[in-house]
Amino acid sequence: MASLAPQVRRDNQPRVDDSAREIVKRHRWPVRLWHWVNALTVFVMLMSGLMIFNAHPRLYWGHYGANSDYAWLEIGSTRDAGFLRVGAVTIPTTGVLGYRTDANGQVNRRAFPGWATIPSTYSLSAGRRWHLAFAWVLTIGAIAYWIYLLAGRGRTRLFPRRAELRPGHVWGEVKDHARLRFATGAKALDYNVLQKVSYLGVIFVILPVVILTGLTMSPGMNAAWGWLIDLFGGRQSARSIHFICAFLLILFILVHLIMVLLAGPLNEVRAMITGWYRVPQARHKEAPAPVPPEETQP
Amino acid sequence: MILSRRTLLLGGAGTLLAGCDRLNDSPTYRGLLRSSEGLTMRAQRLITSRDAMAREFDASDMSPVFRSNGTANPGTPDYNRLAAGNFADWRLTVDGLVSRPQSLSLHQISRMPRRTQITRHDCVEGWSAIGKWTGVPLALVLDQAGLRDEARYIVFHCMDRLGGRPYYESIDLIDAFHPQTILAWAMNDAILPIPNGAPLRLRVERQLGYKHAKYISRIEARATLAGLHGGQGGYWEDVADYEWYAGI
Repeated sequence: MASLAPQVRRDNQPRVDDSAREIVKRHRWPVRLWHWVNALTVFVMLMSGLMIFNAHPRLYWGHYGANSDYAWLEIGSTRDAGFLRVGAVTIPTTGVLGYRTDANGQVNRRAFPGWATIPSTYSLSAGRRWHLAFAWVLTIGAIAYWIYLLAGRGRTRLFPRRAELRPGHVWGEVKDHARLRFATGAKALDYNVLQKVSYLGVIFVILPVVILTGLTMSPGMNAAWGWLIDLFGGRQSARSIHFICAFLLILFILVHLIMVLLAGPLNEVRAMITGWYRVPQARHKEAPAPVPPEETQP
Repeated sequence: MILSRRTLLLGGAGTLLAGCDRLNDSPTYRGLLRSSEGLTMRAQRLITSRDAMAREFDASDMSPVFRSNGTANPGTPDYNRLAAGNFADWRLTVDGLVSRPQSLSLHQISRMPRRTQITRHDCVEGWSAIGKWTGVPLALVLDQAGLRDEARYIVFHCMDRLGGRPYYESIDLIDAFHPQTILAWAMNDAILPIPNGAPLRLRVERQLGYKHAKYISRIEARATLAGLHGGQGGYWEDVADYEWYAGI
């Protein structure tokens, strides 16, 4: 079934009133399927990953790194307090990271608390079983989606047009976001430039880097693909980058969920489940500045 | 246990987490997760040639301190007696599915052809240390013993006990005959120290640290891992469900 979105989107005239109240097919099935498979998979990967991190809550740069070597990041505990140390900065984290006391007065010194890990009690082997099984789902899904995006029409929705990348336009979008002024009418069917850059960053930067740094930690893969070690500057660097990517993903998910809540959660979630999206009506007269037509249609 | 829809809705995230723990306890679900281990092993073997080498480093890349892990000293009366005599009375038994069972002294092993390699040791916990290892290629010992056709696995029986159970590990013949798979008797240009597995330890460089059995006293060739201890092919595999294939 043909999507209505591209036709509406390519028409850059701000005919907000015409498209108001309209219900359009916004997300095609591969997008919806991948979104929900990933919602589950990324949740499992992040939480089982924190379990694995708990086994050695220190990060290093370079090829090697163990307890007697300098860690650039460390979660630990003193006699009666938890801390997070990043470089020379130490942040007290008692109750959350490194040290907490449960309802029975039992002291727990694990880096990340049980509510953030899979499983919730310490088991490195179980965390690895979950992580390494779901890694297949994540990787196969990512490869399929990269092919879908690069070979199909999805590309035209995600890649910013040149005019959208002009500093003035980007700044305008930043200001609209800061004022929580969301696009309405035809413009609401298009991803804005900040969305496009975030989605592209996750799909084509964070996702491949998180998969490749994961593989770089594998001694078997190091023998098969030695270039991985050089690409990331060593196994411990790869482990650090893997962890940083995980936190960028958490950041993305938080912002993503906040934006869904602000933009109208029922409509947004329905669109991601059924594909159908109710085009939001303009709430005020002045529409956000449209992209000049001569730039978009060369 | 029956989960009503109301419980699911009300429980929200808490239920989701409890659900993960419940799944984690389900043998069926664990079986599903475990099947990915075979997938990972087959995929890695598919893209890795038999003799694909682990990275070897320069002396300048070595860790200033090579930490020990697991058992730091077996400490049994037998081991203490052997250690007191600098392992002169220690023998490596090579038996099982071999045509010529062997009993080798440390002196004999150290006079066999040796290989020295500076490699990275990757612990399953996440840390790495780079060290220099010298030892006899396992392939030479196995050839000397004459592996029989039925042999599929090489088992390493160790002198240390954890929680009352003997430590042991096993690898298949692809890793056993890999050129970097050695029985090391020296580390960082010195005789192998006790915390690192004296008098003899395995180096199987394409797998994680717990596969590198320390304090070896016996090497056994077997057709199957079933019927040996817990049947999973290694101490950590038996007691805590770690992967037998530790290439990732």
